[in-house]
Amino acid sequence: MADINVDVRKETCPVPLVEMRKALRKALPGDRVIITGTHAASKKEIPMAADALSVKIVSIEESGDEWVIILQK
Amino acid sequence: MSEKATIIVHSGDMDKLSSALIVANGALAMGMEASLYFTFWGLLRLKKNGLSQGALSKMNMLGLGKLIIKRRMKKNNVATAERLMSDFRELGGKVIACEMTMEIMGISKKDLAEDIIDEYGAVGTYISEARDSSITLFI
Repeated sequence: MADINVDVRKETCPVPLVEMRKALRKALPGDRVIITGTHAASKKEIPMAADALSVKIVSIEESGDEWVIILQK
Repeated sequence: MSEKATIIVHSGDMDKLSSALIVANGALAMGMEASLYFTFWGLLRLKKNGLSQGALSKMNMLGLGKLIIKRRMKKNNVATAERLMSDFRELGGKVIACEMTMEIMGISKKDLAEDIIDEYGAVGTYISEARDSSITLFI
């Protein structure tokens, strides 16, 4: 099981969602996808996408402008 | 993965193409299938190096408005049409070119960016894509 890091800081709609999807497509079952970003709407929408894709949301953390969302395939 | 979004890209305007590509990428990112059906002025954007050639739908001001918007988009890190198209295709999106528009406008396949076009078709192709789509838009 591997960790895949996705850095979408300063990126805006729809790039964080798109990069999340690309990473999830590459991930193997059990792999974690760790997304770091600053786009506020994506912090809400990545968990929505994870639900739609039936991917587990491990954690959502925020400090200052930056958030980190960990998903597991 | 049975849910699908099908978008008719009728406008060749830069801002409208951008909206179509953003919605289509969002659909793919959230696990849907997506097809973009390029027709009329939209088809011009599939010409070689044509993706970014559209004017702004409003306040283009002979290209000055477009320049200002482009600069602001760059400053705010908004993805270009080229990047959105490449993401769209990487995530499995389908690009369809309207054959009737090609005839009307005298455009042949060799005028088009054939590497980004998956299929050439007419209204039947659109309907067969759209009939099982939960989202269809005309942009």
